[in-house]
Amino acid sequence: MAKTIEAKDIMLKIAEIIISELKLEDITAETFDPDLDLVDELGIDSMDLTTVALVLQDEYNIIIDEDDYPTLKTVRLISDYIQKELKDK
Amino acid sequence: METVSSLLDKEWLERYKRISRLNIRSSIYDVTNQCNLRCKGCFFFSSDEHKKAVEENDLNKWEQFIDKEKDRGVNLAILIGGEPTLHLDRVEAFYKRLPTYCATNGIIKVPRDRFPDMMVGISLWGDEEDEKVLRGKNVFAISSKNYEGDPYTYYLYTITPKQVGLTEKIIKKIRNVGLKVHLQLLSNDEDVDGFFWSEDQLKDICSEMDDMLDKYPDTVISSKYYHKIITTGEMMGRSFGWKECPSVTEPLDKRYPQPKRLIHFIRWASDLKTMHRCCTSETRDCSTCKDGAAHMSWVMVNKRAHIKTKKDLQNWIEVYEMFAKLYQFIPW
Repeated sequence: MAKTIEAKDIMLKIAEIIISELKLEDITAETFDPDLDLVDELGIDSMDLTTVALVLQDEYNIIIDEDDYPTLKTVRLISDYIQKELKDK
Repeated sequence: METVSSLLDKEWLERYKRISRLNIRSSIYDVTNQCNLRCKGCFFFSSDEHKKAVEENDLNKWEQFIDKEKDRGVNLAILIGGEPTLHLDRVEAFYKRLPTYCATNGIIKVPRDRFPDMMVGISLWGDEEDEKVLRGKNVFAISSKNYEGDPYTYYLYTITPKQVGLTEKIIKKIRNVGLKVHLQLLSNDEDVDGFFWSEDQLKDICSEMDDMLDKYPDTVISSKYYHKIITTGEMMGRSFGWKECPSVTEPLDKRYPQPKRLIHFIRWASDLKTMHRCCTSETRDCSTCKDGAAHMSWVMVNKRAHIKTKKDLQNWIEVYEMFAKLYQFIPW
C-alpha cells in the first residue's frame, strides 16, 4: 500500500514538473493523465525531455541515461523508471 | 490543455502519426571545396568557406568518419559542397552507410547504377537570363537533360526578386521534364544589384508560390505556411534570426537561452574536422537569411508551439511532410 502511495506521489511530482517546465496551460498535476503520450499527444521533444529529466534528477538524486529518453513516453513510465532507479540505489 | 488528438480529425491524425516518430537527425557535409561553376551569391564561395579547411583526400578516412557519424545518431546525410558529384567515391561512401541526399548543380549526372535511389536536389537560380547573370550559363538546359523523368530528383528553385510574376514558366518547364520542384528564396549574399528583396516583392512572391502550389500540386513540393514564414521571417509572433535559428552546429552553439534546435546537428567542412557555424554562410545576416531548410527546420523543431489550434497543427504537419518528402522519409 505504501508503495502505491509513493508511486502516486511520484506521478504527481512528475506532472507538476512537466507543467511547470514546459509552461503548460489549463492543466493541473491532479488532472494530468498519467498515460497521456507525451511525445505523440503533447509534442514534447528530446530537448523538453532533457529539461524535465534534469529537474527530476535533482529532485530524486538519480541519473537518467539519455539513451533511455525514448522509453519515457508517459508520466507513468517515467514514474516506473524513477522507482526502479531509487530501488537500485 | 490541447493535445494532438483533441485538435485533429481521423485523416489528419493519420498524417500526423506517419511523421511524428520519424526522429530525423540530419547533418550537413561539405564533400569538396571545388565546384565546376562559380555562381554569384553562392554562400560557400562568397564567404570563403572553401578556404577554411584543406580537403581530406583519403577515402578510408571518409569511410571511418561516416561510420562515426552514424554512431553519433545521424540518420540523414545532406551532401553539399562545392559540387559533390566531382567526388562520387565520397558520395558513395555516404550512400552505402546512411540515408543520403545530394545537392548538385546537375551538370554531372549521378550514375543511377551506383546510386539507384539516392535523392538528388538540383539547384536552379531562376530563368535563363538569371542563370546567365548569376551562374555564367543556362545550367537548366544541361541538368534537365541529365535528369529528365528521374523519380528521385527534384529542382531546388531559388527564386530571385526578378522572378516575381515569372515562376510559372519555369515550373511548367520542370513539370514537362517529369521532375518535381521545391521553392526557396535568394539571400543575395554577394549584394548583386537588382537582387535584393523589397517588402512588396516578398508579399507578391508569397502569393505567387501559393498559386503555383494550387495549380501544380503534383510538381510543386511545398506548403503555404512555409511560403508565409520564408517571406515574412515570422512564425507564431517570433522573428527568425540568430536567437531562433535551429540549424546552428551543436558543439559551437553557446546561445542562451537555448532555442529549439536540431539535435546533434553539425555542418562539417571537407577536412572532416572543421565545423562551420551553421547550415549556411557564416557571414550572412541571420535576420535576413532566407535559407529554406533552416526555415523548415524552425517550424519542425517548434512542434509544441503549434499544438494550439487545429490550423496551427495542420500547418506544422504540412511543413514536416514537405521536409520528409524532400529527404525521402515518406513518398512523394
